[in-house]
Amino acid sequence: MIAEIGLVLLWLAAALAMLQLLSGAWSLTGKDGTDELRAETAGMVRPVAVMQGVLAALSFAMLAWLFVRTDLSVLLVALNSHSDKPFIFKLAGTWGNHEGSMLLWATVMGLAGALVALVERRLPEKTIVATLAAQAFVSLGFYAFLLFSSNPFERISPVPADGNGLNPLLQDIGLAFHPPTLYFGYVGLSVAFSFAVGALITREVGPAFARAMRPWVLGAWIFLTVGITAGSYWAYYELGWGGWWFWDPVENASLMPWLAATALLHSAGVLAARDALRTWTIMLGVVAFSMSMVGTFLVRSGILTSVHAFAVDPERGSFILVLLAIYIGGALTLFGLRAATVTEGKQFAAVSREASLVFNNVALTAILAIVLLGTLYPLVTEAFGTRVSIGPPYFNPMGAVFALPMMVVMAIGPLLRWRDDRFGRVGRALILPGLATIAVLVATLVLAPGIGVLPLLGLALAVGLAIASVIPLFGRNLRRTPLPIWGMVVSHLGLAVAVGGMASESAFSTERLVAAQVGDTVTVGPWSIELAAVEPVAGPNWTALQADMQASYEGGAPTQMLPQSRTFTSPPQTTSESALHTRWNGQLYTVIGELGEDGRWQLRLWWKPFVPLIWLGGLLVALGGALALVGRIISGWRRQYQARRIAMRREERPVGDLR
Amino acid sequence: MRRALAVLALVAVLAIGALTSIAAPADAQDSLPPAPYAYRQLEDPEQEAKAQELMETLRCLTCQSQSIADSDASIAGDMRSQVRQRIMAGEEPEEIRQWLIDRYGDYISYKPVVKPLTWPLYIIPALVLLLAVLLLRRRFRRARRDGGEA
Repeated sequence: MIAEIGLVLLWLAAALAMLQLLSGAWSLTGKDGTDELRAETAGMVRPVAVMQGVLAALSFAMLAWLFVRTDLSVLLVALNSHSDKPFIFKLAGTWGNHEGSMLLWATVMGLAGALVALVERRLPEKTIVATLAAQAFVSLGFYAFLLFSSNPFERISPVPADGNGLNPLLQDIGLAFHPPTLYFGYVGLSVAFSFAVGALITREVGPAFARAMRPWVLGAWIFLTVGITAGSYWAYYELGWGGWWFWDPVENASLMPWLAATALLHSAGVLAARDALRTWTIMLGVVAFSMSMVGTFLVRSGILTSVHAFAVDPERGSFILVLLAIYIGGALTLFGLRAATVTEGKQFAAVSREASLVFNNVALTAILAIVLLGTLYPLVTEAFGTRVSIGPPYFNPMGAVFALPMMVVMAIGPLLRWRDDRFGRVGRALILPGLATIAVLVATLVLAPGIGVLPLLGLALAVGLAIASVIPLFGRNLRRTPLPIWGMVVSHLGLAVAVGGMASESAFSTERLVAAQVGDTVTVGPWSIELAAVEPVAGPNWTALQADMQASYEGGAPTQMLPQSRTFTSPPQTTSESALHTRWNGQLYTVIGELGEDGRWQLRLWWKPFVPLIWLGGLLVALGGALALVGRIISGWRRQYQARRIAMRREERPVGDLR
Repeated sequence: MRRALAVLALVAVLAIGALTSIAAPADAQDSLPPAPYAYRQLEDPEQEAKAQELMETLRCLTCQSQSIADSDASIAGDMRSQVRQRIMAGEEPEEIRQWLIDRYGDYISYKPVVKPLTWPLYIIPALVLLLAVLLLRRRFRRARRDGGEA
């Protein structure tokens, strides 16, 4: 019964989305204030949006309930759950599969629309109606996809004795929450896109629109940043070879929306503060949304990772591709039709904060183009009969061509004034970061002459940018510094920290692959590691061989490291569980492999100086975003509150008094 | 155009999917002991660094987007051993890459070979850059202090 209720709720939500789209669109066709019926219809859109969100959420709650109860008469539950699973994984099972994750998408999107309908009062009513109609259009695609080709509530008969369970490797608390994090980011960008469409249709592209859209972009960007950082760390410790970024299509699918969102965030900032870059901001809104659709759907369709995954279910894959074509094609068409009607906004000098933001926007767009091209190009060549691989040798140098100059501009830009400035005015502030960059450059060349060009430049610029990023705080009263300024400083510092970690990891890591007997001592970098013992251990659904390593840093007291080689029985699979030890100056990474015929164990050891900075930096970037978001929301409330009070005072005062 | 491309890609993918599923691989090598240099570094650190750099840009054919330098798969181990032995024998990394490409096709190398097929990889970013510059060019004021209100 629960499943049927869930399905009914889903249909109702879809019907309301249709109503939201049609009533919104129809109410916009008339001329202002001439038609009472149209005005009434427009008044309906907000409540409908709220209700749609509630219904979608209830439908999702039904699915979660089915998973928690392990109702095996539902196909999805039988395929993805098991009665013995711990509660948290039963619950996470709700979205740990294709259908459930799509339902989560639609739900979060519905709730976001409801929130917009409830709280957004800064924009003209027509713009909000258009925004909510656009939102409903996007939602409808998801509802159609769910109802026609991915019904999560389908029953199965006969009812199986127990469920299939979940791949043991996926029973990881980090993995349970990783996909939803990215989805929240994608949904935030779709809301930003709806705002852009609303503003385009009603010709309201201006600072008010940018201010209304910005919190959504910021929120999306924070989730994406956290998602990418967490995903990278997961790959690092789980895959057992010390790599943290593979330019894998799935990784790229999360990186591309992030790049677009970063650009959009900054150009929305220019639009909000200076009423410039109108068309450009709208275009980035369209691009960011397209990238999140590519992120969701191309990964879901499986077309990128494996042709087999796609061919297994071509119907669903085709549905996805058509949906993708409608969304992106529609968005681009609308942009093409309406872009000319957007006046361009204010101009600015070549040396100004706007100009520096424009430079970095262009650089981010170029990097985005490179990643997109590198990800999709193998598909194109496959169509011509040649399979090619595009990997780090393409992405790294091509990306760095734009990323490194971007870091220089990032150091200077926040110091410049809006509209017009001179380099001479900010020159003195830049002496310190400039000198630091040169000092690191020279010192690294002297101490590590064999270093590659990219790590060298990355390291030097990271140090310079780290110093430059805190300069905007100099001479300010720190207690009265607005939160968004803090946010900018922390995020920029975080980026410098992350780049420093990446450069250090690729330049200074030492690797040691050895075969060792119990009792042997091996050195890697400053560490000497004794293989003290190898013993069998058992877990709930695996057995493992666990090495006991005594690792000593430069002859200090030993630390115990316990890497495992785990063997799962169902499905039969062997995995390496690495053991990490973090010091302030880096991380020791140990893995135990197989036992050789000569009775020696294969050990893989890495000393990676400053590698944790990569993820620490990522988290700092997200923290900066969170600070800015809180600051923006508070100032938005304050402005609304003041506007309301002014309006109230006007009402209280008799009209005669005004004259 | 986009749509046509998508459909084209779809057709191609389906065709290749059908072809590859017929030729199911027999994985008999798993039981053999790993090749000598799969998990062993070369004595000479310079040679090892060369080998490492090359291995990081070769695709592990049975994995998902991993290089042979970071995979546990047996084929990756065999290829690592091949690469190290050839480096030890004095071959240049690019010679080894070419040998592997001749044997397994372009797919094995993460470094795209610059030829007409891959020109767009370098041309399109340049075009995007040009487009962005054209779009934004008029945003800049030509002369200083001319008011600048649009």
